[in-house]
Amino acid sequence: MKAAVLSFPGSNCDQDLLWALSDIAGIPADLVPASATDLSGYDLVCVPGGFSYGDYLRSGAIANFAPVMAALKKHAANGGLVLGICNGFQILCEAGLLPGALQFNESLNFICESEPLTVVNTNTAFSGDYQPDETIHLPIAHGEGNYYADPETLAAIEAKQQVVFRYAANPNGSLNDIAGLTNAAGNVLGMMPHPERAVETLLGGRDGLAMFTALKKQMEGAAYATRRA
Amino acid sequence: MPRVELSPKDIAIKKPYLDWGLTEYEYDRFRTKLGRLPNYTEIGLASGMWSEHCAYKYSKPVLKQFWTKNERVLMGPGEGAGVIDIGSGKAVVFKAESHNHPSAVEPYEGAATGVGGIIRDIFSIGAEPVALLDSLAFGELDEAHTQHLLDQIVAGIGGYGNAIGIPTIGGETNFDPTYARNPLVNAMCIGVMDKDAIQRGRAAGVGNAIIYVGAKTGRDGINGASFASAEFSDAEQADRAAVQVGDPFMEKLLTDACLEVTRDHQEALVGMQDMGAAGLISSSVEMADKADAGMTINLDLIPQRESGMIPFEIMLSESQERMLLCVAAGHEQEIIDVFQKYDLDAVVCGQVTAGHRYQLTFKNETVCDVPVSLLTSDAPVYHQKGQRPARLDQPATDFAPEITDLHDTWLRLLGQPTIASKKSIYRRYDAQVKTNTVVTPGSDAGVIRVRGTKSALAATTDSNGRYLYLDPERGGALIVAEAARNLVASGTEPIGITDCLNYGDPTKPEIFYELEESAHGITAACKALNTPVISGNVSLYNETNGIAIYPTPMIGMVGLTEDLHSITTLDFKRPGDLVYLLGRTGADFNGTELQKLLTGGIAGRLFDFDLDEEVTVQKLALNAIRRGFVTAAHDLSVGGFAAALSEMALAGQLGADLQWDVPASYAFAESAGRFLMTVPAAKQAEFEALLGSRARLLGKVTAADQLHIQMQDADVQLTMAELTQAYEEGIPCRMK
Repeated sequence: MKAAVLSFPGSNCDQDLLWALSDIAGIPADLVPASATDLSGYDLVCVPGGFSYGDYLRSGAIANFAPVMAALKKHAANGGLVLGICNGFQILCEAGLLPGALQFNESLNFICESEPLTVVNTNTAFSGDYQPDETIHLPIAHGEGNYYADPETLAAIEAKQQVVFRYAANPNGSLNDIAGLTNAAGNVLGMMPHPERAVETLLGGRDGLAMFTALKKQMEGAAYATRRA
Repeated sequence: MPRVELSPKDIAIKKPYLDWGLTEYEYDRFRTKLGRLPNYTEIGLASGMWSEHCAYKYSKPVLKQFWTKNERVLMGPGEGAGVIDIGSGKAVVFKAESHNHPSAVEPYEGAATGVGGIIRDIFSIGAEPVALLDSLAFGELDEAHTQHLLDQIVAGIGGYGNAIGIPTIGGETNFDPTYARNPLVNAMCIGVMDKDAIQRGRAAGVGNAIIYVGAKTGRDGINGASFASAEFSDAEQADRAAVQVGDPFMEKLLTDACLEVTRDHQEALVGMQDMGAAGLISSSVEMADKADAGMTINLDLIPQRESGMIPFEIMLSESQERMLLCVAAGHEQEIIDVFQKYDLDAVVCGQVTAGHRYQLTFKNETVCDVPVSLLTSDAPVYHQKGQRPARLDQPATDFAPEITDLHDTWLRLLGQPTIASKKSIYRRYDAQVKTNTVVTPGSDAGVIRVRGTKSALAATTDSNGRYLYLDPERGGALIVAEAARNLVASGTEPIGITDCLNYGDPTKPEIFYELEESAHGITAACKALNTPVISGNVSLYNETNGIAIYPTPMIGMVGLTEDLHSITTLDFKRPGDLVYLLGRTGADFNGTELQKLLTGGIAGRLFDFDLDEEVTVQKLALNAIRRGFVTAAHDLSVGGFAAALSEMALAGQLGADLQWDVPASYAFAESAGRFLMTVPAAKQAEFEALLGSRARLLGKVTAADQLHIQMQDADVQLTMAELTQAYEEGIPCRMK
């Protein structure tokens, strides 16, 4: 069981995510630079928050051309777990690993808040440790988190129950209150809220921890299955 | 229009230096000490280095008074930032800096680069920047210009801090007509480091290399230090070209690279300094000066992003995200390799030389050859004589408010922009990146844990120009005391301060008096509270059309606790907790928010303030918190009891039922040395035994949806909905 946390120039939540995975959740994790070309050996690849390459063109647009992205796409295509948070979510959308796009918040301002979310799908590798329709609080911190997809795509997303988290009080204008969703296969999750910022009581709450414990179980189960096979 | 280099003789005749802020006397002083006519580059360098911003020529005699050393201080003023020992082998590094002038002209970039500059000061010491705070002051919020400035300055601070990934954990925003044309933008940064790894900005060792790293040099911000040392007027267009442009992405790379150098290449690194005010000239000549060395730089080697730049421009550009390193000879490539890994320019551009000459070459010609000291210690120092402003000798009669409708006055006061919730501002700042933030903005102080220890640091920024306008000395002491009160309320012990001294034109005797007297007050309070001044900056000439802002020193203070359990927030926690008021309340209304609200301005003699009593109350308050008696604590300052109580109720979404046997107006008095605290009934006896007569039991926290306060001549009920409306909408409703 091993996780990779990708680090693009300008990523700034990479260390936080590494800490949450390894020191809090007990998932061995490495920081992997964007120049890497091989992600074999990792069960979970995390794409952290930040402002990759300054995000001057459009969030995630330049990161999509980083060397590591080919390996990430291969990892995802092989069914490997991928978790994109904030800028990571934006990058996964840019890369086509998730449907839709993230636009400027409706207010056009950056928003840093603790947001109530509803866990609407617990049948994923990421959300199995939450209760169905549980309300949790996770911090958001973004300027471009307003989820958009065209009507057909959106209908397909809903039909396949890809939405995992919805905002209880939509802060940014996201369609269908979408805060986080998976791809159709269910192995890639992108979300704007930051679970890695909510894993310690000292820092205001542990509502994000269940995501990492679920991932850990998933990976342990997979490793067990591999050994058995 | 390209800048034309005048010959030394033409300079003497045409006097371009007058436009750069040098006086005739200063030109003559420079020429005499040099022993010949200075050329265009040399006199240009003098204009930057002899500006108030770099030389502190008017403020130096005042700054010398500051108390800068106690047993905890590892490094005081004079370097990029000051350093204080916090135990466990760690040290905290902090400094604040003003960016008032650039922000007035170009609010987004002015504010953003203010943040960028202060971050570089912190990592130049070798510390990881871990938190940001700000202190902002604007004119009245109902003016469109103020709304624009507020929106853009907040966007600029957030744009830089959010992108680079350093949390903004606190700050303050004040409104008064005095700042209408001279907004104040002060940014503070805090870093944490191993205490044995302190770097200094020194260029020592003959033959060692001078390495330029980071962004290329352009024509932005040329002579910004001189610009920041001048006043605004309607007659002259503000100089937008003097404002720099920031690139937080570049700075993130630069931070990481510089920290890697300090961490992994200690044997190669001799010294490091930020290229801030007066850019390349100030960083290089100060590094030579501090090592008592000489230096030569070849300007052809400086990375440039524009063509045809002349030495004057290269040296005085304030392009952002640049650092200057001194590296041991033979280790140059090792250091260059680190920066190249981050895709950053790093070039050897000069050397440390024997002797004390500062020499520049450009296209194989020497364009500057002056003694190092001529640009540093030989800068003029003016010993101004202050004159007490007449207003202080003829104060208005004491303001004696009569509150006929306590309910209405309470809500109106709560909605004043200076008092009202700043959430619409701080929610635009990432407060939690780096996952250390224990207390986010909106409480008395921001609090972060120190990784690898059991300690936490609290930080606050405080200013109140109104108090100082009525009494510079007492007001100066009050601000320091208030900052300390914020930290104590958060459960930490104040350990030191940084300051930004925002004043008008120091050549005016009345302004100089304000500066000098407030320094006395600040010093007295710093000594009483054991909080030395470890860093700071000066922003003078905050004037428009000859009218100065209120004297507004900004105090950035840091507190420490070695027990995470003592961290306390202001929100009511549980119904049934007892509510206590600590400290004495008097008829202290001059200079208050209430006076501003009811009379449209401030006047009178500033209320009295007993520094010893303040210290005593603070010590008792901290002791009560540390002993676990206190569930919520909040300091009383602007807006007094009414503002503090409302904030505690709103933050906890709990009411209170209180009796206070004083006149209704006392709810708005701003008497110093006070706290509101809640105490569980089980701790009542111990708490009262500790506090004695200094704590007065007022009543209880309730689950009711309202505050009920019975006072001598009024009985008021304020519903949570009314309080929320007034407090939360105070700023947003004026921004529309």
